[in-house]
Amino acid sequence: MSGAPAGQRHPLLRMIAARLGIGVFTLFVISTLIFLAISLLPGDIAQQVLGQSATPETVAAFRRELGLDQPLFWRYLDWIGGVLHGDFGQSLANGRPVAALLAARLGNTMFLAAYAALIAVPLAVTLGLLSALWRGRMFDRITNVLTLSAISLPEFLIAYILMFLLAVRMGWFPSIADPGASPGFGEMLNRTFLPAITLVLVVTAHMMRMTRAAVVNVMGNPYVTMARLKGASRWRVVTRHALPNALAPIVNVVALNIAWLITGVVIVEVVFVYPGLGQLMVDSVTNRDIPVVQACALIFAAVYILLNLLADVVAIAANPRLLHPR
Amino acid sequence: MNGMKNGISRRGLLAGAAGMTAAGLILPRGAFAQTAKRGGTLRIGHASGATSDSLDPATFAAGPIVTAMLAVCNNLVEIDAKGQAVPELAESYEPDAEAKVWTFRLRDDATFSDGRKVTAADVIASFNHHRGADTKSGAKGSLDQVVDIRADGETAVVFELSSGNADFAYLTSDYHFVIMPAKADGTLDWESALGTGGYVIENFEPGVRISLKRRDDYWKAERAWFDEAVLLTINDPTARQNALMTGEVDVINSPDLATLHLLQRRPGLSLVEVTGTAHYTMPMFCDVAPFKDANVRKALKYAVNRQEILDKVLRGHGQIANDSPIAPANRYYATDLPQHTYDPDRAKFYLKEAGMEGLKVEISAADAASVGALDMVQLFQQSAQAAGIELTVKREPDDGYWSNVWLKKPFCVSYWNGRPTEDDMFSLVYAKGAEWNEGHWENDRFNELLLKARAELDDSLRREMYHEMQGLVSEDGGTIIPIFVNYIDVANDKVAHGEVASNRFLDGWKIVERWWQA
Repeated sequence: MSGAPAGQRHPLLRMIAARLGIGVFTLFVISTLIFLAISLLPGDIAQQVLGQSATPETVAAFRRELGLDQPLFWRYLDWIGGVLHGDFGQSLANGRPVAALLAARLGNTMFLAAYAALIAVPLAVTLGLLSALWRGRMFDRITNVLTLSAISLPEFLIAYILMFLLAVRMGWFPSIADPGASPGFGEMLNRTFLPAITLVLVVTAHMMRMTRAAVVNVMGNPYVTMARLKGASRWRVVTRHALPNALAPIVNVVALNIAWLITGVVIVEVVFVYPGLGQLMVDSVTNRDIPVVQACALIFAAVYILLNLLADVVAIAANPRLLHPR
Repeated sequence: MNGMKNGISRRGLLAGAAGMTAAGLILPRGAFAQTAKRGGTLRIGHASGATSDSLDPATFAAGPIVTAMLAVCNNLVEIDAKGQAVPELAESYEPDAEAKVWTFRLRDDATFSDGRKVTAADVIASFNHHRGADTKSGAKGSLDQVVDIRADGETAVVFELSSGNADFAYLTSDYHFVIMPAKADGTLDWESALGTGGYVIENFEPGVRISLKRRDDYWKAERAWFDEAVLLTINDPTARQNALMTGEVDVINSPDLATLHLLQRRPGLSLVEVTGTAHYTMPMFCDVAPFKDANVRKALKYAVNRQEILDKVLRGHGQIANDSPIAPANRYYATDLPQHTYDPDRAKFYLKEAGMEGLKVEISAADAASVGALDMVQLFQQSAQAAGIELTVKREPDDGYWSNVWLKKPFCVSYWNGRPTEDDMFSLVYAKGAEWNEGHWENDRFNELLLKARAELDDSLRREMYHEMQGLVSEDGGTIIPIFVNYIDVANDKVAHGEVASNRFLDGWKIVERWWQA
């Protein structure tokens, strides 16, 4: 070994590089699996789009036009060749470039996820800390009951209740979140308020409970007692002494929930008529529109990989001992 | 009025008087009294849009893309509120004596939105897009009868058919056959989204929204009142109704029947309901046991409780059908056929005739076929039990229903929007060898009459023949048709309209150019 390699000087950077490399490989495996899985589904795009009006000749013509009569392997090579050149191909259903289809919807999805996360994460962590602080008291119980009730309701029901109360009854917010072709920022915030609040109600309990459990766990340690004995306030003990050591599980749960906010909100999108990626992917799977499904799947997989990585980096930054697992 | 020069115009007039008055219109309060005026924006909450929607007319099936394109484009002929064919882009049309060669003369004042005049070449491309070996069009079957399409100068198009068809003009009103410009090589330039209609597409995001803007140089005088129209795809029925209640949209189609009575109670909303030709079917393969036996088919027809299905599945928003696809909205609807009622004893009698008492059959169903299809077969299961028929329901996946179940399983559920003409409906689904003959039904007399009636120009003779054919389908046919289903839209008081066409949802999908601001 000639000198200390970069990795030893910057163990965190080396970990990030290694994880990104594995991530790229994971994306490749996922693309193969999705391609095969969709090919295994009964029917193809020709039958799905033509539906009841399909006849053997029109289905055959449809397939010829799209090159679906080529062997599976060649179609995959063709697709991955395009992706390596940055070309995601065209939607089989309407011939539009996949990149253009995704662009607007990806932005919408990210906006809604960010909106919900910016409300939900601080809310959940604060509630979790306060619950840990006042464990067993009235505040703790009420918070638990409310957040757990919210997570127990199916999200479409929460959406309908909010829509009925705040949109139909009160008329405070629009019942449809579709922002139109070129909305302003304020308009977007107003339009997407109800879906964002729905999502907040769904994800808060999970993060709140994890924060509470992790902090309560750490609070039992002798060094916390020590901190109390040297005269630190309860709030300071929780935030300065307990929280950093409890951060790893909390950050991981937060990352998982944000990933869900990006990838799993199709029902909320449908109920509020919000054009996000989830609906696009569900429609495309129904239609066996492989290029669009592949592109969506790659984005979703990348979101999970990156957020998990980010969670680990944050956890390590807060608690460097985690770099050296025993 | 429509430039027709022989017996057909008399028939056309008769049709208006006879068939269409039965089309059960429930008109919203006061909508008639208003006069149309320009301006405003029409916002529609539209069901059944998808991200796969395409401008290609070959892929049209339903949903906002069809409503939008019928505002952007014109057909040669359109169906008016009375169910009659009236000339649209064609100024006039006339068949030869055998109704085998049809000549359509184009208007000279109609232009595409880029200023080009419509020529015969555009019309030919628009039809050829749905013909030939390489088309993927759902309307291919309808044009199989066309042998040749040729131009007669710049402004006339001649269709030559394999045999006479007195109703050919009606066929050209199909939404697949919107006229779009031709490319230099004679293929259709559908990617351009250009049409001769009153609106142009401003923004099209498949499965999300379509925005339309009015053209100032539209050739029709008393049409295209709104300045703009927005068609939002809202597939969730509850969201659609909420959008209407909160004033986000002015009109929705296909409301949830279970809560419709609550919606109606809200002030300012009114129902636009028409009984058209749409019907639910349960086809049985007539070449497969036990359905081979006509007595078994009859027994099953008497084992369906149609009234119960109408009341419970459609909550009364429809009409009882009689195992024939010809609806009261059609011109030659036979009113005096014996109605098949729920009669377990008669069903038992026919089973005995067939020697099949204690019949056991399986029916495949999914709600993909039609709203409430599963509920319908469950009701059927109960009512058939009283007739000694053990009907098992096989629940099929919605996904891929039309490709894997329909036309494949011997007994299943299906749905048809119906067709404006008897000939089209019968030819597509009940004729021998028809691609979509869902009951594999072959009846020699019926097929003979089908050809004869198609070419017959004498109205009373045609009426007689279609009458007999409806009787044959109803009694012998392989398809149980329990109910006709209404098209229902709900509108608020910001929009108004005249008499509403009954051939589809939303004023025959022509709402954008026909309705106006209240």
